Amino acid sequence: MGQPTKLGYFGKFGGRFVPETLMAALLELETEFKRAKKDKSFVDELKRLSQTYAGRPTPLYYAKRLTHKWGGAKVYLKREDLNHTGAHKINNSLGQGLLAHRMGKKRIIAETGAGQHGVAVATVACLFGQACTVYMGRADMERQAPNVLRMNLLGTKVVPVDSGSKTLKDATNEAIRDWVTNVATTHYIIGSTVGPHPYPYIVRDFQSVIGQETKRQIKKVEKILPHTIIACVGGGSNAMGMFYPFVDDKKIKLIGVESSGDGLKTQRHSATLSLGRPGVLHGSLSYLLQDNDGQVMMTHTIAAGLDYPGVGPEHSQYKDSGRVEYRSITDKEALKAFVELSQAEGIIPALESSFALAHAKKVARKMKKSSILVINLSGRGDKDMANAEVAQIVSDISKKLATK
Amino acid sequence: MKSIVTKKRSGALADTFAKNSRNKRKALMPFLTAGYPNPNSFVELVKRFSEDGADIIEIGIPFSDPMADGKTIQFSSEVALNNGINVARTFDLLDRLVGKISIPLVVMSYYNPILNYGLTQFGKDASAVGVRGSIIPDIIPDEKENVKAISDSKNIDLIYLLAPTSSASRQKMIVRQAQGFVYLVTVAGVTGARRETPPSLVKWIKQVKADSPIPVCAGFGISDPSQAKKLSRHCDGVIIGSAIIDVMRKEQTKKKQVDAAVAFIKKIRTGLDNG
Repeated sequence: MGQPTKLGYFGKFGGRFVPETLMAALLELETEFKRAKKDKSFVDELKRLSQTYAGRPTPLYYAKRLTHKWGGAKVYLKREDLNHTGAHKINNSLGQGLLAHRMGKKRIIAETGAGQHGVAVATVACLFGQACTVYMGRADMERQAPNVLRMNLLGTKVVPVDSGSKTLKDATNEAIRDWVTNVATTHYIIGSTVGPHPYPYIVRDFQSVIGQETKRQIKKVEKILPHTIIACVGGGSNAMGMFYPFVDDKKIKLIGVESSGDGLKTQRHSATLSLGRPGVLHGSLSYLLQDNDGQVMMTHTIAAGLDYPGVGPEHSQYKDSGRVEYRSITDKEALKAFVELSQAEGIIPALESSFALAHAKKVARKMKKSSILVINLSGRGDKDMANAEVAQIVSDISKKLATK
Repeated sequence: MKSIVTKKRSGALADTFAKNSRNKRKALMPFLTAGYPNPNSFVELVKRFSEDGADIIEIGIPFSDPMADGKTIQFSSEVALNNGINVARTFDLLDRLVGKISIPLVVMSYYNPILNYGLTQFGKDASAVGVRGSIIPDIIPDEKENVKAISDSKNIDLIYLLAPTSSASRQKMIVRQAQGFVYLVTVAGVTGARRETPPSLVKWIKQVKADSPIPVCAGFGISDPSQAKKLSRHCDGVIIGSAIIDVMRKEQTKKKQVDAAVAFIKKIRTGLDNG
């Protein structure tokens, strides 16, 4: 486990399944990334920006009330929601934005689902004076409306995507088409540990700061490492960033949580690792939700950031090797957890992170009180207030409060 | 160069180009999406293209996520998928033409439908319905181990794309690895008809042609007879896809769509022959 092969494989997953037109850019990106990592000025600048601009390190918070409520393991939350722009996405965007700046690329493009990656990229484009275009499925633009406004305010052009399911998968297709056309001037900041090599490797590297900090922080407070770590998985960047620094320590249980939408037995879910089989989408071989003809299936979940039929190739490797356990949670269970954390701790989580929370509740209860459970709270939920189902829940709560 | 040519497999595509070369004819390779505008019209189009000027016909198998394609082929792919087209159905339609057409076919498919169908089976079934080459836009020669099974013992050429962004060393590698012909992508971009031809293009085509031990055909963005004629002077043939579908989309009935596409192909043929 660790470094991908020369062709970009993690075990049998990964690779570069792309039009030849992109190869020059992918090879250049890999070379420049490796060079930048060895360059002290790049490393120092990224560290400085992470601290003074993004707000790192993010706290590792002991959730005492949640711990008591659940009645099991000591629950810690890695507060990625406290990052500038409200999610872990800024870690990767800062790294890649700085890399693009170093490579002299004046234009940045990105795809976005929940809009958190789009906002992070739009933000970083301001920081480095780059022109920015973000592709977003029309369905996602509706359910994540506040993030569209934020991107516009930051001077980013948000292009609605009307093909297919009008969500993240289709936005990614459009971003790739833009890149193929404008590859000489443009850097494509992929937001997750997906896509052709070297993207899964680069995104993991920039996100690994999450796990590295967590390791230091938990050692400082508890003197030991966590027993279990849980994160949600869409494409898998927050989970990979959290897990990667711990993968070699086999005693630590790592759990990735997907969305099973309306349920695994329905057609409406996005549980790629639970129900998919290996296939190629967006440039890499990985688990994929596809029909009997190899056509990519539409996915459904309330969390736009998890609404994706593929998953990062390294997650596929960890699934097959058994190093990470992958589970799924329904939209309904996630919404319950969303409300529970909000009211127990005064922390409104992103819907995506709520899937990790919902599964953590099941796990924590079965753990000893002396055991330590860390949940990666990948983002905050402000963006989800415009979501119809969230709005309904909030309205029900206010009605109840009014009659009290 | 000759010594390299003899090392190459001999196949139906090589025969076509050799014959063309003797007759000083440029290859015309129209693209059709299987099952577009509907299955019967598609079969008729293949037949009539083969009679009215095509040297090789490129058959596109639709995929849900055609990332190298522009709006036009996204559209025809979607129609085809809605018409129930998959790999097996494509082969069924082509099976109707076995013995009725005398030119080779090549299939264009993204990798995932082929991977799903099974590579060896794909090669076997494709070969049985007259397919002599495959173009997989998301397979670069670096990943060729994945697709070797398609061509093994079936004499199906694995055709690779060469892009204007390819470095000199990749260009060398691609022309060496390519079988059948080198698919020279004329523009950095997705498929789709374009009016203008970049000025540096002719120079590059000449250079590729000089480097390549096998025929070179230009595709992506070719939309009219004069463009086709101009580019074909410097290589062995042209591939035209989106422009044909655009012509069909302007017509209302299936019959008119087929007639318009055939008329368009004839015009390109005349242009090429009077080059």
